[in-house]
Amino acid sequence: MAPPAEVLAVRGLSKTFPGVRALDDVDLTLHAGEVHALIGENGAGKSTLIKLLTGVYRPDAGEITFQGAEVSFATPLEAQKAGISTIYQEVNLIPLLSVARNLFLGREPRNRFGVLDIARMNSEAEEVLRGYGVRVDVRRPLRTLGVGAQQMVALARAVATDARIVIMDEPTSSLEPREVETLFSVIRGLRDAGIAVVYVSHRLDELYAVCSTVTVLRDGRRVHHGSLAELGRLDLVSTMLGRDLGEVRAEGLTKFSGDHQATDSEPVLEAHELTVPHRLHGVSVSIRPGEVVGLGGLLGSGRTETAKAISGALPVRSGRVTVAGVPLRGGSAAAAIRAGVSLLPEDRKSEGIVPGLSVRENIALAVLPRLSRFGLVSEARVDSVVDTFVTRLRIKASSPHQKVGELSGGNQQKVLLARWLAMNPKVLLLDEPTRGIDVGAKAEVQKLVDELAADGLGVLLISSDLEELIEGSDRVVVLKDGAVVGELTGDDVTEDKLMRTIAGDTAATAPAAEEVAGDG
Amino acid sequence: MTVTKTEAPVTTASNQPHGEGEPAGSARSERLSALIQQHGALAVLVIVSLVASFSFDSFATGDNVSNMATSSAFLAIVALGMTFVIITGGIDLSVGSLFALGGVLAAWGSRYGTLVALLLPLAVCGLIGVVNGLLVARSRLAPFIVTLAAMLGARGLLLAVTDEGAETFLIGKGSLLAELGQGTTLGLGNPVWITLALFVAGAVVLRRTRFGQHVYAVGGNEDAAALMGAPVARTKILVYTLSGLLAGLAGALNAAWLASGVTILGNGMELEAISAVVIGGTLLTGGLGYVSGSLVGVLLLKVIQNVINQIGSLDSSYQQVVSGAFLAVVVIAQTWLGRRRQLM
Repeated sequence: MAPPAEVLAVRGLSKTFPGVRALDDVDLTLHAGEVHALIGENGAGKSTLIKLLTGVYRPDAGEITFQGAEVSFATPLEAQKAGISTIYQEVNLIPLLSVARNLFLGREPRNRFGVLDIARMNSEAEEVLRGYGVRVDVRRPLRTLGVGAQQMVALARAVATDARIVIMDEPTSSLEPREVETLFSVIRGLRDAGIAVVYVSHRLDELYAVCSTVTVLRDGRRVHHGSLAELGRLDLVSTMLGRDLGEVRAEGLTKFSGDHQATDSEPVLEAHELTVPHRLHGVSVSIRPGEVVGLGGLLGSGRTETAKAISGALPVRSGRVTVAGVPLRGGSAAAAIRAGVSLLPEDRKSEGIVPGLSVRENIALAVLPRLSRFGLVSEARVDSVVDTFVTRLRIKASSPHQKVGELSGGNQQKVLLARWLAMNPKVLLLDEPTRGIDVGAKAEVQKLVDELAADGLGVLLISSDLEELIEGSDRVVVLKDGAVVGELTGDDVTEDKLMRTIAGDTAATAPAAEEVAGDG
Repeated sequence: MTVTKTEAPVTTASNQPHGEGEPAGSARSERLSALIQQHGALAVLVIVSLVASFSFDSFATGDNVSNMATSSAFLAIVALGMTFVIITGGIDLSVGSLFALGGVLAAWGSRYGTLVALLLPLAVCGLIGVVNGLLVARSRLAPFIVTLAAMLGARGLLLAVTDEGAETFLIGKGSLLAELGQGTTLGLGNPVWITLALFVAGAVVLRRTRFGQHVYAVGGNEDAAALMGAPVARTKILVYTLSGLLAGLAGALNAAWLASGVTILGNGMELEAISAVVIGGTLLTGGLGYVSGSLVGVLLLKVIQNVINQIGSLDSSYQQVVSGAFLAVVVIAQTWLGRRRQLM
């Protein structure tokens, strides 16, 4: 039997953004009927690659050959017309328009007067959607459907536009298990129809269930490609994270001092069975004063969500959080802050700093109410707080009045840290505290985390940098698909054990094995 | 709509299994809310009209109804164009000025025949609409600012044409144009029939053509519409052009009705048109709306006006108070309905 035809061949694709080489000389080949897993951690270049393929970005170098001809799409529309459809994690349809009208927008059936044939459109829509397990009144606004059903409509639309390649960017992130099954059967149908599918997901089970081939990206480069079945889960995880299994851990690369004197006292923070629909399934974490607890896991495993749920930024359906023995009212960030829980968010640009305000104003932002009397702010007290933290955190600014937007990433991060430390917290939740900052600043932030723990603060550390996570944490709680799958303590806090736990290797740690069985 | 991966809000809707597993109550409630949104204004119009016809002997007379219909016609034509603009999520503040400009140009042009009298306002106002559309769609300027500028500009143009408003052009009696504005067919004024025809055409265009679908799509979610292949810029240019054309036409017909181009007309008409559209159930944020609703909205405003005139003791200044209060009630109801429907 002749091998299936090559649908897409990408050669030497590169894309540079100011300061970042987002994609570096990447190749990708897709054959008809191939379901190809595209994986990589945050910043590995997946979305850049997808955006280059679909005409959102233009490549700096390299060529894209689609169905035998070199192509260069100027807009997503061109790519779509040529036969490359994309469904996004966020449903990109018109919520107020009816289901049928969404499905057919731009290619509605028309009668001989050029007027839309509504009856035919509705009956065809119903028929098409039945194939996707969606049985609804197609005249209803799309908005009234559940997210899963909306995703199916988007998929039906993508396929119906004569696609040769369908790119799915984390399509299952908001689907129920039953809907995931439907999605898989649709994908298998596409495969059998000779359509190539690029499947982006962080859920290993899904990848192995539906994909035949895989490309692993890391730091903008292709580090592995080939058959997925031949690549074990552990190898997959280690390739993705960039760690050789046999690699001896190089000590002293980070500025962490090692284990802290975690007291045996009562936990300062206890999160019990936090559940957020589609995101977290009964996650429990406890932190004692002076302890740094790491949260391990792949992108999308629920690390950020856990931190947000604890800090009240993400409403939980069930579960409770207690701080120093006092229960926290759920879903209220203000209550969490009052109780002494501070979150340093992952995305400091959109959720943290106010670039147009000065260092002083940024630091004082959260603590202002405490420094004021009858609504009037005491300037002297603000100055003293700001001075304390600028010195203590070694924030390098020309003056406290310099705009934060002008500072380096590392100093911005320190300003944020100062803002929360000024609140005198009991627990600090650090989500990727060193991402995007230079090596020197990284070391400083790491050292600070150490010092803070030594001062008796409970710290929750989230980091995609394995080295940082392993060396910085006294314990590591490992998450997978929104559930705790293991906990590494003492000598078990190693990269090897961490990767085995993430990959679901039952030989890793005893408690991990139990919980893996429990969570399926 | 820029929600990063990890922080995508989980709406309650996502917990609903789709298809047959859905609670029937929410669908029924949703339908009821949609019904109120679409036909609420009509119900109020019927009630107000019934009460008025029982209360005032002169309300339900042929003359009064015919008068109300004719005076509603011009605002209705303007509101028709406004409906399209608002459904795309935009706003057109220039229509009041264009209405006046259209009237003056028609009166001025009537000396060269009816054809010129009709085509000239359409050409000029349509062109201003095109410019509005280009600035909104291509230069990505805020519709509010663009059409505000057009509103001022068109007023200026109007003053220039009429020598600072000193000159008033008249439309000769017995011309075809005068007949179009003043004549009656089957007991109703010709402008009323023209308006009805335009609304039927407008409804077909909006609900039954691809262009109409694009209008809804652009207003519903512009980014998604672009990704789905809708010609976003073209759609926007077209709706502003349509709005300009209809405002010009309404002005021309109004001038024909009055037999002269009156420069001081149309002040605040843009706001009246917007009120009518919103009262008719069109969302000011775009993506949802009905041509028929706008017609009902116009009638409701005019009926309220008429009723206040019938109550001789009430100062006619209170008209605006009542209209304003009514608009506020409608917007509050819309917000409430919208929130309710989103909660499903």
